[in-house]
This record gives sequence, C-alpha cells and structure tokens, in this order.
Amino acid sequence: MTQVLESYQTEDGRTIGDVVLDLKNITLRFGGVEAIKNISFNIRQGEIRAIIGPNGAGKSSMLNVISGFYTPQEGEVWFNGKPRAPLRPYQVARQGIARTFQNIALFEGMSVLDNVMTGRLNHMKSGMLSQAIWKGKAEREEIENRERVEHVIDFLEIQSIRKTPVGRLPYGLKKRVELARALAAEPNLLLLDEPMAGMNVEEKEDMSRFILDVNDEFGTTIALIEHDMGVVMDLSDRVVVMDYGRKIGDGTPDEVRSNQDVIDAYLGVSND
Amino acid sequence: MSADFLYGVEVVINGLMSGVMYALVALGFVLIFKASGIFNFAQGVMALFSALTLVGIMEGQVPFAHLINAIFGTHIHNFGWEVPALLAIFLTVLVMVAFAWAVQKFLFRHLVGQEPIILFMATIGLAYFLEGIGDLMWGSEIRTLALGLPQGGARFIEDATAGLGGDDFYGFFIDKLDIVASIVAIILVASLVIFSQYTKHGRAMRAVADDHQAALSVGISLNFVWVLVWSLAGIVALVAGVMWGAKSGVQFSLSLIALKALPVLMLGGFTSIPGAIVGGLIIGVGEKLFEYLIGPMVGGATENWFAYVLALLFLVFRPQGLFGEKIIERV
Repeated sequence: MTQVLESYQTEDGRTIGDVVLDLKNITLRFGGVEAIKNISFNIRQGEIRAIIGPNGAGKSSMLNVISGFYTPQEGEVWFNGKPRAPLRPYQVARQGIARTFQNIALFEGMSVLDNVMTGRLNHMKSGMLSQAIWKGKAEREEIENRERVEHVIDFLEIQSIRKTPVGRLPYGLKKRVELARALAAEPNLLLLDEPMAGMNVEEKEDMSRFILDVNDEFGTTIALIEHDMGVVMDLSDRVVVMDYGRKIGDGTPDEVRSNQDVIDAYLGVSND
Repeated sequence: MSADFLYGVEVVINGLMSGVMYALVALGFVLIFKASGIFNFAQGVMALFSALTLVGIMEGQVPFAHLINAIFGTHIHNFGWEVPALLAIFLTVLVMVAFAWAVQKFLFRHLVGQEPIILFMATIGLAYFLEGIGDLMWGSEIRTLALGLPQGGARFIEDATAGLGGDDFYGFFIDKLDIVASIVAIILVASLVIFSQYTKHGRAMRAVADDHQAALSVGISLNFVWVLVWSLAGIVALVAGVMWGAKSGVQFSLSLIALKALPVLMLGGFTSIPGAIVGGLIIGVGEKLFEYLIGPMVGGATENWFAYVLALLFLVFRPQGLFGEKIIERV
C-alpha cells in the first residue's frame, strides 16, 4: 500500500496536499483479457501525475476507470477520502472530475464558445421552469458562467476563434478547446488523455505551458497520459509506469528514470 | 390580375398550410433522430395515440374499460364527467411524458450501442404495440375531437378578396382550421427553438445530438436527455394528432401521416429542424400546385405520389437533403 505522506512543497513553491484519488487494487477485464492487473496508486491534491507506458499498456483504460467509462471488476476507487460506488460517466463529471479524450470528443457543430459553455452545465442550477419564470436569477447565473468561460478562453488564448464552429478548427486548436471545456467545469481533478498526441514541437510546447499554468494558477490537480517521455519528465511531479496492464514503476521522474524495469520495458534494453 | 393567377395563389396558400401539417409530423422524427440516431417509425402512431388519449380524457372515458369489464364482469365505460379541454391537454402531455419515460426505461436503454437497423426494428415493434395499447385503452371506434377549433372556410378572407380578379374570382378559400394549425405550429417551433438555444436542458439536448461521449464527459445524463427528447416528440405528436384529428376525425388512418413525413424528411434532411419545416412547405405547395397545373393533364390524383417522386429526385441529386449534414468521408 502506498504510504500517505504529509503535504509538502515542491521546488517551484507549489503545495502538494493530501490524496485526492486513491486507486486500490484495480483489475479490469474485457472478456478473458486483463487490461489492468491489480494496480494501486494515488493522486495528491495539486500535483501533476503522469501515467506512461508503451502502447496497449492499459493507460487509457486506467483513465476510463477513473472517469467512469469503465467499471473495474475488482478494486476500489477512493475519491476525497471516501470509497466511490460504481458511477456512470456523467455522475463522475458531476463530482468534479473533468477529462479530455485521446481522439478529441467535441461538439463539432457548435461554436468554440458554446462548446466551452457546455462545461458549465453542472454549474447551472436553475431548471427549465425557473429559467422561464425567474428570468433575473437565471440571467445572473448565466453571467457568472460566462465570466468563468471568458476567463478560461483568455487563459488558453483562444479569443480569436471563439465564434468559429469547432468542426473547422485544426487539430491542435481542437485539443486546446477540449482543454478549455474541461477547465470551464472548475474540476477538482483534470484527466488528460494524451493531450499532445499528434502535435508538432511548437504545439507541444504550448500545451505543456498551458498544463503547467493551469496547475499553477487554478491549483487544479492533473492526471495525464502521454507518450512523449521528455514532456512527461519535465511536466510531472510523479509518474506511474504501466506495461501489459501491470504497474512497473511509480515515483518522481528521476526515480522512474533510473528504475531498471522501466528502462527495460519502456525505453528498451540498451546493448552497450 | 387574372382570375387564373389568383386561383394559383390560392393553391399556393393552401399548399403552405398543408405543408405546415406535414412539417409538424416531420418535426417529431427529426427531434428523436438528431438526439439518438433512432428513426422513430412509431411517430405516426404516437400522434394517433395522443389524440385518442385526449379524446378519451375529455369525454371522461374509463381507460381499459373493455379489459376491466371482461375480467371483473362490470359494465363501466364512463366516469360520468367531462374534462375541460385545457386540463385534458395537460393530462395528455403527462401521459406522453410517462410514455417517453417507459420507452427509454424498458426499451432503448437496453439497446444502447446497437445497429441503427435494430433500433429501427424496435420502433416498428413499438408502433404496433402502441397501436394495440391505444385500442385497448380507448376502443377502436372513430372519434370526433370536440376541442371547439374553428372549422370551415374563413368567410372574411373570402369576402375581402372577392372580385380581385374580376367577376370570375370569388375570393380565396382558406380553411380556418388550417390557419389555426399554422399559428400553433409557429408557436410550437418558436418555443422549441428558444428551449434548445437558451435553456440548460436545451443545451444538453444539442450536446447529446452532437457527440455522446463528449456529452457524458461534461456531466450530461444521456438517459435523461433521451426521455426529454421522446417527451418533446410526444408533445409534437399530440399537436399533430390534434390538428389532423380535428380535420378528419381521430381514427386509425391518423397513424399513416407518418408516411407523409418521409418525403419531407428526404427533402429537409433527417437532422435539421428548419429542414423539416421548409421540406414540409415545399412538399405541401409542390403537390397542390402540381395537382392544379399538371393534374388535369394526367387524370388527377397526383397528390398520392408527387411527394415521393420529388423525394426520389432529391435522393439522387442531394442525398443529405436541403439542410442535412453533408456526408464527407475523409480518407
């Protein structure tokens, strides 16, 4: 079992707090295939936690377990110190866990602004009737929501495309809009599934900067999956390494880098 | 202006009005198709069922009377009261919402992720089931809908326009019921648009129509939205059922209006609300004008097939319809 440490300060002065999400002995099967084999690890308040591993290691499945898209056959998910009953994805989202997808899931027919606004749906309290009757209250709420949305849009530097239908945007920008939508929800925990997949160097640098800024400015806890080792090592506070559904390493980037199992499985055995 | 031309105008006006009726039916299809990808064959039967329910409630009829009498040997048919129209409409809406919930809970929840053809087959089953339930609940006689909607030609329009085209022209003949139907349809569409653009649940509805996975990730319950959409389709069906039922009585043939909606959908596209309306209007005007201009040369009765031929032409030249999303396959 992972030891629960006291909260501590990172070198750059951020505070890493208690455990937010604790995964205990998770096993996930698809028929006879075990995608995740008895994995435990935790995510602490305010940290950037990376999950890495070769293709097919079960990283995305892990993220899908956290966000409720998959229900593990064994093991428990603890969120905010309590065991979490199996939830549907929309219920997980309502608990304050937002996510992005490997292959981008945006509302292609809507404008960037509308897409980001959907991130606020859970913060809209007034229902259909009260919106019709108490126009004032609904309007105030709408203004509050718009403020947050505009802030996020400014923050991610997508003001210039706010009215553009998402379907027309290039890939890199779509990824950013998806991040904006997730951020608009003011999540406690943000899950990013390969936020830099398919990007060029410049776009990757932008995205890395945004991830760091989000973590720094909003204090958002982030769990991300990424292939690019360099990026992961620079960004994250702690790294989980998976291979064939098993956890083979867990620790700071330096610890992971010097772990022989990780070097063998992920970076390949060197022959010199 | 010559009288012939003015009669042509009258034909166009009447075409627009019947187009509105087609659009009403098509609208129900579009709502469900957009949000869930289900082509709801039962939409026509829903119109029949809702109209039957409305008549039944208004007349204070006991639902399932035959069944109850057969089991318990009683002879009840009526509660002996009459329900005012507005209250009856409200109750019927509740019945349609309950129906929407039941459809989602007992049918489509179990079919999530199935092939479109399976979902389509399920709606065919649903259509026959609902037809049977309608019979069982309210009986199978032809019913008249006594909502007190105005009937017959609008005399004032006729009087006001008489003589415009010389002595041969007796004024525009426009059915009052058609005018009412158009107004109701405009209100219905306007409120649907406002609902989907400016309310929380409307946003959720559009989100689900666009991308299920993304909708889930922002905390939208698909089940809830689907119940909502089926409820809206039920209300649209009720409006269509009332308008058509007031015209020709509430009877089985009401369920066949669904077939009239098919060509409208081909024209307008399956996913576009404006498409359903414009498609309905084009078909309404098209079939009336065609009958008026070409009909006499080919022996009439062109209204039976004109819409389908037009839809076929559209299928060849613009398969996605006027407003549908263009299908571009990226390679």
